[in-house]
Amino acid sequence: MQLPASAKEIDTRTTGLRATRPAAASHARLWKLVGLILTLIVAYLLPLGLSNYQAFEFTQVFIYAIALLGLNILIGFNGQFSLGHGAFYALGAYTTAIMTTRWDIPYGWTIIVAGVLCLIAGFLFGLPALRFEGLYLALATFALALSTPQILKYFDNWTGGSQGIVLDKPSVPLGLPINADQYLYYLTLTVLLLLFLLAWNLLRGRVGRAMMAIRDNPIAAEAMGVNNALYKSLTFGVSAMYTGIAGSLGALAVAFVAPDTFNAFLSINFLVGSVVGGIASIIGALFGAAFIEFVPIYAQEISRAAPWAIFGVVLILFMYVMPTGVAGLLHRVLERLTRRPSKESSADNVVATSPAPADPGASSPARAASGKHE
Amino acid sequence: MLRKIVNLVLALVLTQFLAVSLGHAEEGVTATEIKIGNTAPYSGPASAYGTILRAAGAYFRKVNDEGGINGRKIVFISYDDGYSPPKTYEMTRKLVEQDHVLLDFGPLGTPCNSAIWKYMNDHKVPQLFVYTGASKWGDPKGHPWTMGWQPTYHAEGFIWARYILDNIPNAKIGILYQNDDYGKDYLSGVLDGLGNKARDLIVKQQTYEVTDATVDSQIVNLKNSGANVFINITTPKFAAMAIRKAYEIGWRPTQFLNFVSASISSVLKPAGLEASKGIISAVFLKDPSDPRWANDPATKEYIAFMRKYYPEGDPYDIFNVSGYSCAQTMVQVLKQCGNDLSRANVMRQAANLRNLQLPMLLPGIVINTSPTDYYPIEQMQLGRFDGQRYELFGPIYTAVSRGKQ
Amino acid sequence: MSALLQQVISGLSTGGIYANIALALVLIYQATGVVNFAQGEMAMFSTYLAWTMINAGWPYWLAFFTTMVIAFVGGVVIERVIIRPVENAPVLTIVMVTIGLLTIFNSVAGWIYTYTVKPFPSPFSSAPIKLGPVTVSMQEVGVAGVSVATLILMYFFFQHTKVGLAMRAVVENPTSSRLVGVKVSQMLALGWGLAALVGAVAGMMVAPLVFLEPNMMSGILIYAFASATLGGFNSPGGAVVGGLLMGVLENLVGTYITFIGTELKLTVALAVILLTLLVKPSGLFGRAAVTRV
Repeated sequence: MQLPASAKEIDTRTTGLRATRPAAASHARLWKLVGLILTLIVAYLLPLGLSNYQAFEFTQVFIYAIALLGLNILIGFNGQFSLGHGAFYALGAYTTAIMTTRWDIPYGWTIIVAGVLCLIAGFLFGLPALRFEGLYLALATFALALSTPQILKYFDNWTGGSQGIVLDKPSVPLGLPINADQYLYYLTLTVLLLLFLLAWNLLRGRVGRAMMAIRDNPIAAEAMGVNNALYKSLTFGVSAMYTGIAGSLGALAVAFVAPDTFNAFLSINFLVGSVVGGIASIIGALFGAAFIEFVPIYAQEISRAAPWAIFGVVLILFMYVMPTGVAGLLHRVLERLTRRPSKESSADNVVATSPAPADPGASSPARAASGKHE
Repeated sequence: MLRKIVNLVLALVLTQFLAVSLGHAEEGVTATEIKIGNTAPYSGPASAYGTILRAAGAYFRKVNDEGGINGRKIVFISYDDGYSPPKTYEMTRKLVEQDHVLLDFGPLGTPCNSAIWKYMNDHKVPQLFVYTGASKWGDPKGHPWTMGWQPTYHAEGFIWARYILDNIPNAKIGILYQNDDYGKDYLSGVLDGLGNKARDLIVKQQTYEVTDATVDSQIVNLKNSGANVFINITTPKFAAMAIRKAYEIGWRPTQFLNFVSASISSVLKPAGLEASKGIISAVFLKDPSDPRWANDPATKEYIAFMRKYYPEGDPYDIFNVSGYSCAQTMVQVLKQCGNDLSRANVMRQAANLRNLQLPMLLPGIVINTSPTDYYPIEQMQLGRFDGQRYELFGPIYTAVSRGKQ
Repeated sequence: MSALLQQVISGLSTGGIYANIALALVLIYQATGVVNFAQGEMAMFSTYLAWTMINAGWPYWLAFFTTMVIAFVGGVVIERVIIRPVENAPVLTIVMVTIGLLTIFNSVAGWIYTYTVKPFPSPFSSAPIKLGPVTVSMQEVGVAGVSVATLILMYFFFQHTKVGLAMRAVVENPTSSRLVGVKVSQMLALGWGLAALVGAVAGMMVAPLVFLEPNMMSGILIYAFASATLGGFNSPGGAVVGGLLMGVLENLVGTYITFIGTELKLTVALAVILLTLLVKPSGLFGRAAVTRV
């Protein structure tokens, strides 16, 4: 099913990053900057007004957001697809768990090691995955997610088997006047900001352009001299790195890892978060993370009997209202706000969609999901 | 300006600290209420167990209807954790820090309880009657705030092994177990019970995953190994499949079935009563579908309770009997606490249960705890299924739980 | 040798279960271009409906056919009411809606029927049949038979009827189909109805083997997905063969690769599938993708 109208929306949004439109763009940039700074101030002051439990909830949101950003880079910006990022989340988590408990390595280093390991693992997995497209890639990655708990149980000398590993929660350094939960909040928030910044830099530069070119039209990209194989594997690696770092932080936040955490449901949950937030967006990852963290909890408040029915209904309603995710909706709202003259807007659309191929749906992420062959 | 901000921040931080440090007195108890928390898998792969805590919640409603405990009503807050340890941790923190519960009652699942084990003990919040049979919960020295309830998986495996050594001279044992902590705990009980004979007697071990569609292949392998004893360590659905498949392919070993799946109505009937004949199981609860208890007043009362307070639940599901009994244990502890409903006293009373008889425990089985004995139920009796009910035989075994050896 | 045969037969019977659901997956994919994550749960829910009727004293076949009708209508209604608003959204969005449906069906089934396993009657006798050294049950043969029969019917429907042709056309190229007078959205609704129907049949065939409970399909759906991929997502025949292969493969890995044993059998089976796909990226029987430039 090819869906030109909506695929165009995705392209508009992503290509908007580099579209040049003098007056409107500066407006939009100003708006975004103000919003960003305000958000940052709120984010850093927030834990002071929160209970420890709420600080922990937000910590979880940040961790999910990092993982989802990894997925967005892969799906939204590169048109590849993964139902298996739970595996990289597990790899990151176990890296930290094993290194801190067995070898007493400070946790800070283990976060970096987790990222590097996942980068390599993702790259290596990305190489054979090049052969797969659409549904077949979905299965290849899903296989990874399914095997994870079994593999973790199998190597029980390392992983503690089904008993899992209990970690120590990071203690507050330098005698800072905050408690452990607040410290974790700031730690994850800072890592999140660094990684978001990195993603932003990566995506708006040469690498990002190459990634998106592959997504929009692989053959044209190849013809223009982009090494598709290299870039696709590399994207897989970077994506896995993000998710792995999230896993590492997740292990620290909960102070416990066990195979049951990393089941196939986790990977599907990531996908849900990614789509709800908006796949071709950096900031969307945060919305998606908030969705998968809070909606199940509030669903329970509404109905004790069948909370997941509530979750399903909310998910479906979200998709009705925001078929391109929260970020997609925000983008449209922002566009409305920043450019009033309607003539300009239609001109903009032409600019923005021109890089898209003749059949915009053909290689868009939407297609990655369907694995449609024509 | 900057100084102002710094001052503001410091003031905020300080109030936070005060709020935290003052929050501890008499958590979860008012003149009219006792707040009890719980996490259980109402969704996800282990959702079959969710009914245990629904039955327990229903029992608390009954207690409230009858006037509560020393004039206080029980407020039972039970959250779904989908059997995911991080979720358990999160929801438990919500219970403790946001809902301010007095204690966490019957959190379900070994990995889930492992995830909150340290947290509960660090924060000195009772983690009482955890719903898992792992043997590590009876550790009063290392984890004084955590206590189990049911007989340990290890103990049950141990009892089977002893029975096999004494009664089946040329046993060749085939084992099917779920590939997780629950299965492995049973397995270790069997291995410990068999001692150095384990290597000779066990001819084949097979595992399955909860996501598997069937266990047919494993049963075929066990049959082909020539085993004449089949130890079936599986959850209800797989237990029923295993029993039926063994029967279909003409394998007739002596079968041992873990009590998790010993239910007549939800396992043996689906598997086929004929196929289930001869199955041996260690039991400690009255199975309401066993005709022996049809006229037992306690069983009748239980059935009436189910009909009234949990009509959507299946009264013949042994899980519900279990949740009902576990909740009764909790109520007993709270009654014993009297008016001193501090967390410390709750633990003192939980470790001070003397010969407690519960209506749905098998006659002769009692609950005992002490400051050094954190294993409430340690007795079981073997029963052999005769096509209609479990024919109890042999002594009541008092299992040596591993923590105490 | 008899051990090997018995494992193969048992694998074929388990594979028959996968094949049934895989077939339903492929069917809805062919008819609508969407992978329906809720396929398994819809089948499970239909089976509960049948169970309710049988429990109320209806004869088996009456319940069976009534359920088929309800499932078909239910599938059409789901497409009309729930899928329609996102019909033109990106495919991932539609997939999300099916995930929402999955959690709704699963949760509601658990709420109404509880999670206690229930036996489900079978139209076939469960008496074992001896074939030389191997034992199979009529039940297992029946399940395999039904999936083959469904396959043949579907093949006939898609290849030799006008409606089938129209449905294929809609997925291949909705715009052109519309131009030649095919009612696109009706065809999509019909596709959902048919897939729900096939799913319901699969559910009622499988339930006697794996027992009825709200999660009965979650594991099977995963295997079915793998089977459909192995066979090729655009080939119903491939889905059936893929399912059977998957069942046999898993058993043989668990039995004969002893250092791995049963603990990693799924992992190894999946690895084998992936290796196969590396050689044949669109599945054993799938058509290769042709990309228009």
